[in-house]
Amino acid sequence: MAVDPSPQAASIEPVAAAGVALSSTSAKTPLLAVEHLVKHYALPRERLFAAAPRVEALRGVSFTMQAGTSLGLVGESGSGKSTLARQVMALERPTAGRVTLLGRDLNALSPAELRAARRDFQMVFQDPYGSLDPRQRIGRIVAEPLAAMAAADARSRVTESLDAVGLRAADAERYPHEFSGGQRQRIAIARALITRPRLIVADEPVSALDVSVQAQVLNLLQDLQQQFAVTYLLISHDIAVVDHLCDQVAVLYAGRIVEQGSPEVLFRAAAHPYTRALMAAVPRVDTRPARRKATNRKPVAPSIRVAAEGVPDAGCSYAPRCLWRQALCGEQVPALRAIAEGHRAACHFAEQVMRSAQP
Amino acid sequence: MALLEVNDLRVTLPTPRGPADALRGVSFSLERGETVGLIGESGCGKSMTALALMGLLPDAARPRGSVRFDGTELLGLDDAAMGRLRGRRIGMVFQEPMTALNPLHTIGRQVAEPLRLHRGLSADAARAEALRLLDQVRLPSAAQRLDAHPHQLSGGQRQRVVIAIALACGPDLLIADEPTTALDVTIQGEILDLIADLVEARGMALLLVSHDLGVMARTVDRLLVMYGGSVVESGPAAAVFEHLAHPYTRGLFGARPRLGAPRGSRLATIPGRVPELIDLPPGCPFADRCGWAVAACRAAPPPPIEVEPGHAARCIRLDAIAAGEPPHAVGPAAAQAA
Repeated sequence: MAVDPSPQAASIEPVAAAGVALSSTSAKTPLLAVEHLVKHYALPRERLFAAAPRVEALRGVSFTMQAGTSLGLVGESGSGKSTLARQVMALERPTAGRVTLLGRDLNALSPAELRAARRDFQMVFQDPYGSLDPRQRIGRIVAEPLAAMAAADARSRVTESLDAVGLRAADAERYPHEFSGGQRQRIAIARALITRPRLIVADEPVSALDVSVQAQVLNLLQDLQQQFAVTYLLISHDIAVVDHLCDQVAVLYAGRIVEQGSPEVLFRAAAHPYTRALMAAVPRVDTRPARRKATNRKPVAPSIRVAAEGVPDAGCSYAPRCLWRQALCGEQVPALRAIAEGHRAACHFAEQVMRSAQP
Repeated sequence: MALLEVNDLRVTLPTPRGPADALRGVSFSLERGETVGLIGESGCGKSMTALALMGLLPDAARPRGSVRFDGTELLGLDDAAMGRLRGRRIGMVFQEPMTALNPLHTIGRQVAEPLRLHRGLSADAARAEALRLLDQVRLPSAAQRLDAHPHQLSGGQRQRVVIAIALACGPDLLIADEPTTALDVTIQGEILDLIADLVEARGMALLLVSHDLGVMARTVDRLLVMYGGSVVESGPAAAVFEHLAHPYTRGLFGARPRLGAPRGSRLATIPGRVPELIDLPPGCPFADRCGWAVAACRAAPPPPIEVEPGHAARCIRLDAIAAGEPPHAVGPAAAQAA
């Protein structure tokens, strides 16, 4: 029976980042460390004298990131991806746990210190229409993050930033409505780059874009990482996008990381039943597509609304949907434990799941 | 006679810069029990085509050509007649299930509405039928959900309700416009399988509109690839994916990130961007972004050229592309634009 006796130790163990030449210094201090992060939200009271119900959006998330790497967060709506992004961006205070960037605990900083620290982490949002103020010129939009740090060379920084994303200096005089969706997302990326951040948190950066434009933006993100050694925390529902851009993937389910590893590992040897279901659900295009008739269909996990009804009080959150479920799953929360080098999963039966083709 | 015959459908829309052609001669037909996918990027005309079939074009739009549904011409049909057809013989499923449902009414009432309106069922009979439909779309614990409001359901459950409403009167044609775009990937698969099962079981025709090649690959028999308001390639889905005959189809396919691709590989991009409708060139709409374009491409809109029987592409360079001619660089101005 493979139950890890020390879940604590397993969950704070730093995961070796793949695909990055680890210098001895960067291996010691990670760029970003998230430890036991918990976030609860209070819901409106249903009755006057009843306790306000709460949603446990994050239920103990831990991971570390080395500089220059990229981590993709995948999971369905309600899994806590965006909540995690807001804690990492210090837009909200976590209920418990710590977010440490470059060795500084973000929630221990004074407001002024935090404002100054923000130059090191920037965010790119999903909707390139909603995230740019339509009444401001591009130059002002892109320069905005500099306002907090009184940069003297704002104009040349804007030009430099626009150049990095493939826009012209003259575009600074134009307004957002003059640009296409893909170009607007480039502007949003230029705005994030202007403070020369170490970490960029991108929440669904390409899901509002058309396929051909999406490819251009993904290539751009890839180029910028090589050019500036920036670190990406990428949130996406599209596993193919995460696979393309990231060297680590963390799968979130009901506020916990249920599996983490390189995309290759998750793609070839997913050890958590939920990751298996996610991978199986990705529509594939091969040259001989076959319509999926009811008769040759594999069993799939039933869908349950995660936040509201699907999460049991005890045991594994995924158990109600799990095709590998056994009695133990209803009793004990599985710890996130090392399955192999650089591969963690939170399932009592991970080894069996990894080996078996079908439940 | 085909169930649906669309012939040279053209739609003109007014824009601040004068009238623009949103559809430029779309023709296709759909047999009973057949599933057809309309694929393309924003602005290609796929949703406009779907709206024209349902008689839901914006007021200022001027359609021409012909849309015949089971022998009846739909263009120019008055609102009352179109309303009788919609919901009863043509079912619709849209992208965003939250806006498609009325937040103030219960699920049961909304599923029962078309039954009472079109089939004249009594309140009790309609409620019983609504329950049967909700079971059929595999809504969990449907009996309790009859009195629930839309906000109490998840996105996937809401989309199941929308499908139940679309199917209520046993339509001959189901039009689904990006039915799974707003849903999680695990739910997406279930909804697509549900639609495929229901279409198969009821012998309905399905017109699926989507930008996602993967969604198409698992759902439809035949594919229409749209670009710049016209169908640039059409054929059996398997053949379209196998040949990637039209340069635009090829570009769409290459731009898609694929699971398991080697680390650090770059995605192929289509140079330039989709032109505004009003700026579409007189010849091939894709010529300015195409690596195989020659002078003749810009002279006149290319006719459909047969790739195989039943599979055609509007491209005069098909032979050269199939023979493996490498694409040439596309103009620097076009390549610069995002």
